[in-house]
Amino acid sequence: MLLGRVQIPQSVRRGEAFEVRVLVQHPMETGFRRDMNGRAIPLNVLDHVSCKYGGREVFSAKLGSGIAANPYVAFYVTADTSGPLIVEWSDDKGEKGSFTATVSVAG
Amino acid sequence: MSFVLLRVLRVTSFVLLATAAEAQRPSPLKGGVEFQGDDVKTLQADEFANPGMLWVSKGEAYWKQPKGEARMACGGCHAQGAMKGVGARYPRHDEAIGRVVNLETRINACVTTKQKAPALAWESDELLSLTAYVARQSRGMPIAVSIDGKAKPVFEAGQRLYYQRIGQLHLACTNCHDASWGRTILAEKISQGHPDGWPAYRLEWQALGSLERRLRACFFGVRAEMPAYGSDDFTALELYLAWRAQGLPVSSPGIRR
Repeated sequence: MLLGRVQIPQSVRRGEAFEVRVLVQHPMETGFRRDMNGRAIPLNVLDHVSCKYGGREVFSAKLGSGIAANPYVAFYVTADTSGPLIVEWSDDKGEKGSFTATVSVAG
Repeated sequence: MSFVLLRVLRVTSFVLLATAAEAQRPSPLKGGVEFQGDDVKTLQADEFANPGMLWVSKGEAYWKQPKGEARMACGGCHAQGAMKGVGARYPRHDEAIGRVVNLETRINACVTTKQKAPALAWESDELLSLTAYVARQSRGMPIAVSIDGKAKPVFEAGQRLYYQRIGQLHLACTNCHDASWGRTILAEKISQGHPDGWPAYRLEWQALGSLERRLRACFFGVRAEMPAYGSDDFTALELYLAWRAQGLPVSSPGIRR
């Protein structure tokens, strides 16, 4: 289970774009580093982040070894319905994590 | 007559000592983050994007989780919010342990005696998370340690260490952090050496680390022998540093380059 934090505004207006901020704890090991004994440290990166809202995927991203540890991703989603917003992430070893935030649309 | 004279002498010497000690603190006091760039300052101030908060979140989960033979959780004894202000008072003398301890050692004492679980390793994820979670609850509160009574000899040992030249580079803490703060060493601004933001997320480490890990980096930098984690030398130095930073607000988890 990969730990992460997701932040959305407390309430949003219908038709307005709101920011979704995601922070995931991950070492983002590039695969190019070596340990103290000279052995290569295997690649281990968070490679997928996606977001479902209103019954469909509204955002997805492929990440790679060029991103620093504990990646931070922010994107905008247009508010249309109140309901769950699910952010999911996974790494190349199949470790997963997710967070469900509740969008409340006013007006 | 001689009694009065003695008292006068004692009072004067006390005042002299007090002013000498006061002069040894940098003025004005500047927290660690003030020597960082704008982007680092912004990141530290951002409650959400501050990566140190990942450890705080995890610390909260550990806090609530029963463990050890006693199947007790930290939260089982300590009420919600009871740790407010605690981070600002450490290192301090602990009667039960019988010596001056820092926050990490105090947490570990609870783990071994109350939860009856094996001690957490230094720099382990769990110990760092719990320390960050406790320290976070004092955010904004002024550092206020006691250096009286049983803490006094430890404080004095810390002060000696602070002024002791060490390592192949033959430098004491004071040579950089009192004499040259605000100037640069290669690409880095030299800070006043305050512990206000620790445990902190260091971008170089890409992880949260304890104050002792940071101090070890300083010992390594002057090519001196690094004291072991949890050693008396570190506890003493941490107490001296906390006294030196007295009044600065706790800002853990800080961000450092």
